Amino acid sequence: MKKKSIIVLVFMLLLAVLINYVAFFGYNIAGFTYGGMFDEEKGIRKGIDLAGGSVITFQADYENPTEDQMNIVESIFTARLNNAGYTEARISKDETGQITVEIPSVFETDEAAGLLGSTAQLSFVDADGNVVLDGATDIKNAEAMYGPVGTAGVSEHYVQLTLTSEAIQKFADATRAAVALKGEGKNFIAIKMDDAILSQPRVEEEINSETCIISGSFETAADTQTLANQIKSGALPFALSVITQNTIGAELGESALPTSLLAAGIGILVVMLFMIIMYRIPGLIADLALLFYVGLIALFMGILRVNLSLSGIAGIILSIGMAVDANVIIFERLKEEMKLGKTIKASVEAGFSKAFGAILDSNVTTIITCVVLYLSGIGTIRGFAVTLGWGVVVSMFTAIVITKFLLKQFVKLNIKNRKLFCA
Amino acid sequence: MKTLNVTNNKVKYLLIPIIIVLAGVIMYFVNGGFNFDVEFMGGIKMQVDMQGAFDNQEVKTYLEEKTGINPIIVQKVGDGTQASIKTQPIEEEKKVEIYAALKEKYALTAEEPMSVNSASASFGLAVQQKAFLYTLIALLCILAYIAIRFEWRSAVTAIAALAINILVMMAVYAITQTPLNTTFIAAMLTVVGYSINNTIVVFDRIRENMRGFNAKKGVSVSEIVNKSINESMGRTINTTITTLITIVLLYIIGVASIKEFAFPLIVGVLAGAYSSIFVASPWWAAWKEAEIAAKSQKK
Repeated sequence: MKKKSIIVLVFMLLLAVLINYVAFFGYNIAGFTYGGMFDEEKGIRKGIDLAGGSVITFQADYENPTEDQMNIVESIFTARLNNAGYTEARISKDETGQITVEIPSVFETDEAAGLLGSTAQLSFVDADGNVVLDGATDIKNAEAMYGPVGTAGVSEHYVQLTLTSEAIQKFADATRAAVALKGEGKNFIAIKMDDAILSQPRVEEEINSETCIISGSFETAADTQTLANQIKSGALPFALSVITQNTIGAELGESALPTSLLAAGIGILVVMLFMIIMYRIPGLIADLALLFYVGLIALFMGILRVNLSLSGIAGIILSIGMAVDANVIIFERLKEEMKLGKTIKASVEAGFSKAFGAILDSNVTTIITCVVLYLSGIGTIRGFAVTLGWGVVVSMFTAIVITKFLLKQFVKLNIKNRKLFCA
Repeated sequence: MKTLNVTNNKVKYLLIPIIIVLAGVIMYFVNGGFNFDVEFMGGIKMQVDMQGAFDNQEVKTYLEEKTGINPIIVQKVGDGTQASIKTQPIEEEKKVEIYAALKEKYALTAEEPMSVNSASASFGLAVQQKAFLYTLIALLCILAYIAIRFEWRSAVTAIAALAINILVMMAVYAITQTPLNTTFIAAMLTVVGYSINNTIVVFDRIRENMRGFNAKKGVSVSEIVNKSINESMGRTINTTITTLITIVLLYIIGVASIKEFAFPLIVGVLAGAYSSIFVASPWWAAWKEAEIAAKSQKK
């Protein structure tokens, strides 16, 4: 009986250590690998406040945008971000027409906001203001180029457009019409991006070609790249304006995570020490349960790739305190039962059953708060609600199920010294 | 352990939170309101590494003169060599001007501020309303849950104790001029959840001790409540200590934005423990006794 309990206890200790090891450092067994929670590729995602970077929130300048429209905005944003090389960016949107873009390690927030926010409605307009070609339907491709342009042969930056087959015909018709108006001086076609005229070339003859170029207004390769990117990714269904933007320098972000982890690490050790001093053997068991808790939470967050922000860390650290709370409630009960002169075994049973109501009710109210917080949709608060909520759920398991199991094993060891059980 | 007679001294115990709240109200007017962050009010806020000690007032006066933006609020953050600079809602481009002015005068080496945060006034208003709405929803949900699991009197006194907590926290925000931002809401709601936790543990004890209660037996509700409070005192103190350990460490070690969050939490956790013991339960007892007395008179 005793032997078996000792084996079980040692096994549980090893299991707790193993879970923590896997959670933080990962494993590599028979081709299955996991890099641990801090793995760049597969671990937690660091929020902008930890990684440094830009956060921009746009609001649609449009009453009640539909879900479809917002999806279009999102896919256009994704295309623009990818084309600009911001592949790590994350986009989230809500039902009120707000869309938030987080771009890690990019600090040129204003440029990014400009790239994303402009409607990018490309149009070819004749002298009378008629739209002859439309960027959304008539352009197959757009590319940034550099080379000699026009008869002078001077090299410059330009954007080359590839037209669809119908567009070739439309463009030919339009240029023919423009040439006919040469006498009135109206033989030009303006190429406009939203309301800005990019170029306004004179038309000397009918153009029947698959490609045409926009030139004359670009100074750098980046300018043409941005324009080509916007044309390729298409026009937004409505204008969007920036309502909030946030740039967090890399330096600030870098120090946030290590200092918080240090606080958490020391915090856990101090809490463990406190529990042993206050509750002796049960305290030791609570510490083992806490070890399980830390491992499980780290494992969950890593595997689910939780987006960890500063407020999320605060949530976790708070949940550690709350995880211990359930054990404190149980052990205080245990103490009281033992003072009544009950055996250790009977006290453990009574302690658990009497403490359960209080633990359940108090945790349910915390979970209610977390759910409401999550629903608020305010970014920083969400991160907090997610980690605290998970923390409470996992801690109920470790503090009740695991603690009870371990405590029973200790009871089987048949320890006679009641003082060791916090009496 | 010495037993406390909480029910007899319930009015006295109310004095501490009342004094803190009053101090908060006074400081609110002295400081000209809360220190709303840009998330709530709109505007530009930047954190700048000043590379040495500086004087808030001097930086403020210089920036206001140089850029023509008025008012500019300057606060120290971190170890005192970093400045938090905040404006009312203005054009986005102004942030470049502000930083350029600082860079010139204080010979800063960094090309950019450590962080910049800007929001439009309408965005701030929307967040404020949302925050208020969701706090209210959370409170109503908790109220309903307690009313179901305990009784409606418990729910009302628990929420009243909570309201006191929230007022104490608001007072601390007003006194210390801690920036009010979205983490404020998170801090508030954590404290709501946490102090409800405490209150429920005490109520749970009362519920248990009240089983088989009979007014004629000569044991009063107050006595039972006192007994319950004293029985659960060990738990309340130890839990508060373990929770405080981690938060205080976070406050000591953490970066500026974590400090801003940890400080009100420390206050909230202390207030939560206090109000669950000294406010919620004794007033519940007084209410219950008044009701029993009224009933027996009818007979």
